[in-house]
Amino acid sequence: MNLVELSRLQFGLTAMYHFLFVPLTLGLSVLLAIMESVYVTTGRTIWRDMTKFWGLLFGINFAMGVATGLTMEFEFGTNWAYYAHYVGDIFGAPLAIEGLMAFFLEASFIGLFFFGWNRMSRVQHLAATCLMAIGTNLSALWILIANGWMQYPVGARFNIATMRMEVTDFAAVVFNPVAQAKFVHTVSAGYVTGSMFVLSISAFYLLRGRHRGLAIRSMTVAASFGLASALSVVVLGDESGYLAGMNQKMKIAAIESMWHTESAPASFTVIGFPDMQTQTTDYAVRIPWMLGLIATRSVNETVPGIDNLVAEARTRIQSGMIAYGAMQKLRADHTDAAAGEAFEAHVQDLGYALLLKRYTPNVTDATDQQIAAAAQDTIPEVPVLFFGFRAMVGLGFYFIALFATMFVLASRRMLERYRWLLQVCLWSLPLPWIAAELGWVVAEVGRQPWTIDGVLPTFLSVSSVPVIDVWISIAGFVLFYSVLAVVEVFLMVRTIRHGPLPPPRAAAPAALRSA
Amino acid sequence: MGEYEILRLIWWAVLGVLLIGIAVMDGFDLGTAILLPVIGRTDMDRRIMINTVGPVWEGNQVWLILGAGAIFAAWPALYAVAFSGFYLAMLLLLLSLILRPVGFKFRGKLEDTRWRTTWDTALFIAGLVPALVFGVAFGNALQGVPFRFDETLRMTYTGTLFDLFNPFALLAGLVSVAMVVMHGAAWLSCKTEAPLRARAQQAGAIAAVALVVLFVLGGVWAARLDGYVVQSFAGSDAPSNPLTKQVSRVAGALLGNYDLAPVTVLAPLLGVAGGLTAAVLLWLGRWRVWAFCASGLGIAGVIATAGVSLFPFLLPSSLDPNSSLTVWDASSSETTLLVMAVVTVLLLPIVLAYTAFIYRVLRGPVTQAMIEANPHENY
Repeated sequence: MNLVELSRLQFGLTAMYHFLFVPLTLGLSVLLAIMESVYVTTGRTIWRDMTKFWGLLFGINFAMGVATGLTMEFEFGTNWAYYAHYVGDIFGAPLAIEGLMAFFLEASFIGLFFFGWNRMSRVQHLAATCLMAIGTNLSALWILIANGWMQYPVGARFNIATMRMEVTDFAAVVFNPVAQAKFVHTVSAGYVTGSMFVLSISAFYLLRGRHRGLAIRSMTVAASFGLASALSVVVLGDESGYLAGMNQKMKIAAIESMWHTESAPASFTVIGFPDMQTQTTDYAVRIPWMLGLIATRSVNETVPGIDNLVAEARTRIQSGMIAYGAMQKLRADHTDAAAGEAFEAHVQDLGYALLLKRYTPNVTDATDQQIAAAAQDTIPEVPVLFFGFRAMVGLGFYFIALFATMFVLASRRMLERYRWLLQVCLWSLPLPWIAAELGWVVAEVGRQPWTIDGVLPTFLSVSSVPVIDVWISIAGFVLFYSVLAVVEVFLMVRTIRHGPLPPPRAAAPAALRSA
Repeated sequence: MGEYEILRLIWWAVLGVLLIGIAVMDGFDLGTAILLPVIGRTDMDRRIMINTVGPVWEGNQVWLILGAGAIFAAWPALYAVAFSGFYLAMLLLLLSLILRPVGFKFRGKLEDTRWRTTWDTALFIAGLVPALVFGVAFGNALQGVPFRFDETLRMTYTGTLFDLFNPFALLAGLVSVAMVVMHGAAWLSCKTEAPLRARAQQAGAIAAVALVVLFVLGGVWAARLDGYVVQSFAGSDAPSNPLTKQVSRVAGALLGNYDLAPVTVLAPLLGVAGGLTAAVLLWLGRWRVWAFCASGLGIAGVIATAGVSLFPFLLPSSLDPNSSLTVWDASSSETTLLVMAVVTVLLLPIVLAYTAFIYRVLRGPVTQAMIEANPHENY
């Protein structure tokens, strides 16, 4: 494997590993704040015990989330140095603000959450828990502003003097509609994950007939919060699909495996087998009109197919070549007025010209075949997107159904009536993680061949480091992360089996009147 | 002075403040981890030590995360060169930094002796390696590292991992280790009770003396090292492009800034004075909070010394001095620096305020009785 493939492999692996912990942190932090609010308002100590018990699991998970998150921040520099140079002016800011605004908040107050029970009043402690949850959610906001900019790079332009992208409108970067939609979609997915975690472990206790009081109350909270979140994921997933339809037409076309443009409104392919070679979808089952309605929210706008988008990319590559040629002239003589004009007219397509670097380092001397090949490169891995998206959406609807069922049972106080349903809850535990990982795969594989959509190709973004070094780091991460995963799961399972803790020995008098 | 120039100077100072923040706040966690097998004789000793940092290490670590994020945002070229150039050293740093949170969190979960001693070793390594690597990185930055840019500003680095561990850099690494051990011991002397406290004070005094000796030795050595001098550059308000200047390497010029601006001698003096004060106070076993403050000021002095010695360089290149990164050609755009400065001014005071509040809530030493009262919720 070459450097680019290895760097992508490492980033993909470490990012997916990191995101095993993130959604649970997001979801549990809010659930903890809800449970503790009930404790503070009602004064019933069982709600405090619930907060402490789920908090214990939250803590184990949080440590791993922090540790593996550090890797992500470092990798932009270690493995994607050219990327860091090229877009650091824009991309670095949300990362720094994330630390200042969000990480400090969550990481500082998590200490009080665990160690502050006997040192603060109940309301103060609740405030600490809420601030921790707010910090956690804010961190998702800022990282998704950074990621949203990779999908839809607004508010920036190329500066020839510094040979990089520079910010022109910071507000546009922050209020990027793609980032905002992604944020709500992602945190909702986190809430679904947290709710499913609480739901299925509570189901485990009910199946064993243990800790009934805690399990039923936890399940009630999880079912109602989970239902609201699952609805929000799907509704806002649709929003993010609509926005991607505006900015990342290729991603939508690939998700739908729409090889050819259809007359409006386009049909939606429920299932089929996309074939990259022949550019067809075999055994396709289609619903007329559906895609046009989702992607354009109209009946007369066309959704461009892959063939149209490749042709469009080709035009943009040719336009980008003019910009690249003008840039070379300007670098030799910055007073060249004709070159300056040509550069201004075509600079928005400069990124497309960079796609040619794979075929010819000079870019401007590209042949028609090379241009055609570079245009073909703009098609992402269609089957991955097609199946990944469908599995994710299917799971999303499943979550709504399951949480709705449990919500109805909880409101009728019948949670324990159907053992098989408790079994279903228990075994559904891994599904939100699968859905969340698939969501990222669709979003990021769908962004290829770009790191910054239309601006910087992935193969140019890497560091110039020896391939062997990347092998070493991949080996290090795989080994290290595998051991940690085993330890983490072992501790989680052990804590769950052990169940809620007995009250502390030298407890405050309040703890003695157990509910 | 142009606005861009001022912003660049502000961000140079902020970079210094953040590095000092990392060393002061994260430093005592690292030092405590290193001291676990040194002064923690029983499992209870070690539990007490871990629980002194238990509620705060997560917040402290954010200084490191913020430091990296701020370098990315304000000095993207430095971020790109340092992180990819020191690739394997960064991997080492990262793996040990990952080990630390999990070590703190997981160690106390099982009563088993082998489990706990394994994590003690892990925590010792997780404290020692980052401190050493940070120091070694500074030692290399002072000497210059082998990288160059091509015309598209793609960087290539020609050194290896072993080149990084050269004698001067190792000395800098030891300075850094002595620094965090001193600071960790000063922290423990505030947060524990006898007899552990007496051992912490003794270890801290030794580390502080070692720090001063190593730091002075480093200064004497550095006076003989080559320095880099900017011969011509595009201007302190010019767009950030490292290839727009001429730099030459001059024998024995590393400490040239102290001749140019004698007032800067205050930085190394602060390092020495802080270390010595901490040593004396720890040895006497009195005014322990002041010992901790003196230790922190000493750390600030040592780090400021490195920054002042390098100025205006952030990272000189030994391979192609013209490719060196300076304050004037490695920063973000003026807009980004301005926006980030405003954000920092608004948010950092709030962070400092609630950090102070949290330390106030958690004030007082950690005792055996406290841990025994709550064996499962403590680390």
